[in-house]
Amino acid sequence: MLKFPIYLDYSATTPVDPRVAAKMIPWLTEQFGNPASRSHAYGWEAEAAVEEAREQVAKLVNADPKEIVWTSGATESNNLAIKGAAHFYSGKGKHIITLRTEHKAVLDTFRELEREGFEATYLDPKEDGLIDLDAFRAALRPDTVLVSIMFVNNEIGVIQPIAEIGEICREKGIIFHVDAAQATGKVAIDLDKLKVDLMSFSAHKTYGPKGIGALYVRRKPRIRLEAQMHGGGHERGLRSGTLATHQIVGMGEAFRIAREEMGAENERVRMLRDRLLKGLQDIEATYVNGDLEARVPHNLNISFAYVEGESLIMAIKEVAVSSGSACTSASLEPSYVLRALGREDELAHSSIRFSIGRFTTEEEVDFTIDLLHRKIGKLRELSPLWEMVQEGVDLNTVQWAHH
Amino acid sequence: MFAPVYLDHNASAPLLDAVREAMLPWLGARFGNASSRHEYGRAARRAIDDARAQVAAAVGAHPTEVVFTSGGSEANNLFIKGAAARMKPGLVQVSAIEHPCVREPARQLVRAGWTLAELPTDADGRVQVHALDARTQLVSVMTANNETGVLQDIPAFAAAAKRQGAWLHTDAVQALGKIPLDFRALGVAAMTLSAHKIGGPQGAGALVLDKRVDLEPLIAGGGHERGLRSGTENIAAIVGFGVACKEAVAALGARREAMQAQRALIERCVAEQGGSVFGAGAERLPNTCYFALPGIDGETLVGKLDRAGFAVASGAACSSASPEPSRTLTAMGVAADLARGAIRVSVGASTTMQDVNEFCGALARVADELRGLRAMAAA
Repeated sequence: MLKFPIYLDYSATTPVDPRVAAKMIPWLTEQFGNPASRSHAYGWEAEAAVEEAREQVAKLVNADPKEIVWTSGATESNNLAIKGAAHFYSGKGKHIITLRTEHKAVLDTFRELEREGFEATYLDPKEDGLIDLDAFRAALRPDTVLVSIMFVNNEIGVIQPIAEIGEICREKGIIFHVDAAQATGKVAIDLDKLKVDLMSFSAHKTYGPKGIGALYVRRKPRIRLEAQMHGGGHERGLRSGTLATHQIVGMGEAFRIAREEMGAENERVRMLRDRLLKGLQDIEATYVNGDLEARVPHNLNISFAYVEGESLIMAIKEVAVSSGSACTSASLEPSYVLRALGREDELAHSSIRFSIGRFTTEEEVDFTIDLLHRKIGKLRELSPLWEMVQEGVDLNTVQWAHH
Repeated sequence: MFAPVYLDHNASAPLLDAVREAMLPWLGARFGNASSRHEYGRAARRAIDDARAQVAAAVGAHPTEVVFTSGGSEANNLFIKGAAARMKPGLVQVSAIEHPCVREPARQLVRAGWTLAELPTDADGRVQVHALDARTQLVSVMTANNETGVLQDIPAFAAAAKRQGAWLHTDAVQALGKIPLDFRALGVAAMTLSAHKIGGPQGAGALVLDKRVDLEPLIAGGGHERGLRSGTENIAAIVGFGVACKEAVAALGARREAMQAQRALIERCVAEQGGSVFGAGAERLPNTCYFALPGIDGETLVGKLDRAGFAVASGAACSSASPEPSRTLTAMGVAADLARGAIRVSVGASTTMQDVNEFCGALARVADELRGLRAMAAA
């Protein structure tokens, strides 16, 4: 039985896995202590649960639990990592580098640092969405203090060469931050091998609850940060504020499940994604955005030429998808990520991000393929552009009248 | 787990049943990202809007004045650092008894060129309005102290702040749900609230903010909460916060009387033991009793009470790992010896008269025992 709307927007957020919810519920009932309370069992039990969860998070990425700092989510982690490191090491230099296709949480933080006097380089990715390592090397300067590159892109799912970037940064003594919000449970992460200094995590993209995330802060060599939230000195002074025990427990359980089930799950998801891709490629004039090889199996971002993206999303109401990232979906601007790949506005406008996950079924994928075939056919029937293309007109040669 | 009687509501209150019920669907089938435009997202957005209205109603504010945060600490940081960042550095004053999440951000401002001065209290823990400097641009005075429960004269501070064009912020985390709160009547520019102190979940709080205040966000990226606080909204916790506010306000009258009666009983028992209640001469929250028994160490007493089945605190939870005497008591001029005896008992919605009677019995027994040990040691 299909349940509508079919959810294919796992990159925006994921449902809480029922096993995660079950683990959280006791902390929403009789176990309600403040983990900072040292004078009674309510507090001790909460503290023990928080530490167990910290271990689970550390294990998924092969880190030491002492390197994990709880935050309210990846956005806060990104802010803490980037501002915290840039401020702490600003004596060493004021040049920072990122990619134009990063999440807003990174880009907006960079803008803030620019207003404070830092100088930022925003690298263009290659057409396939991946970083151009030569261009990256060329952008490095003696005063470069921080590089921030995401592990997996939220819109097109491409996996950046984090190991290579890490080697380059470490060699030059530059702090390397990675936003891994979209990577956990999708790609193997080994922080013992990767030369990454700071890494942001989110629970709600990996079947955990919203409102909780973490920042990995390397101990060897030790990375220092300026705290962004001050107070009672929680999290070794790096992040003050009462810890939400139930959410932390949920993140721990979500990351435990991710570690144990990632292998099998990715295979299943890849099969579904390939089925979806095959089914949609039958439609004429469709283009996949971003490299298909260096990409998580969960993501498929496709442009359907000669169809207006918003009308398409309205036409396929039975399927919950997005035209870009959730955080920017309130705006009607074409995706800045796709534009950075060199997609013209028209194609960027007609793109849809399908993101597949743990609870997606073959039946749902098949329904989606069929629905898109029907709706795109209908929308193109109404499109004068499509008609011209069918008649063999090269639209690039048409002189449009401007009103 | 063996369940001790919980008398530490000022640290964190048990989740209300109605709150849990309201939250669970958001950890289940309703899981959308509130920024998504499909039905999953729109349902989440509506839930946040409803919660925003509930929080606003609880403090007489307009829903658009409510900025959701991850909790009280973040809201305090957001206001103090955020407002200061948009002003020319000058004089900032916070009371000497503020929670560290007000005091520490204020101290950070010094590095940006601000001068920080503390507002002292009297012997009962009342922050002195006359200590407000005419040059002060930014002031933060808590509505009710977390340790003593002493209420501050916020309208007087607001009037003074207004006269000199300063922004007044109040941390009302401990006051919400225990006394009536009216954002406009108090006249503050901003007010901090927290869910988990009133039977809501940990992980949600709010800054209620007068829109005339220009604020720089603490967390950038995505532009959530009118650009003042980015990050995917924690819908389950926000929904729980809304319901907790609604419940707290609806039950306030009855609960206040019950809490007052329970506290009176505890304080009679404290008096019988020859103890002194801190801030007793001031107007206080109805639920908080902060006291010391002469010659008895607070940590020891708290430990004994825990083993007897009663969860209480020796000071603020965040600093309860440190052996230093409470800053609040030091500010009130309490001698260090007496201050080291301080323990805080805070009752709440789940506390029964029986809990309190049993606590009083245990306190008398434990105090006798400790006095006996002391006499033996002295002999």
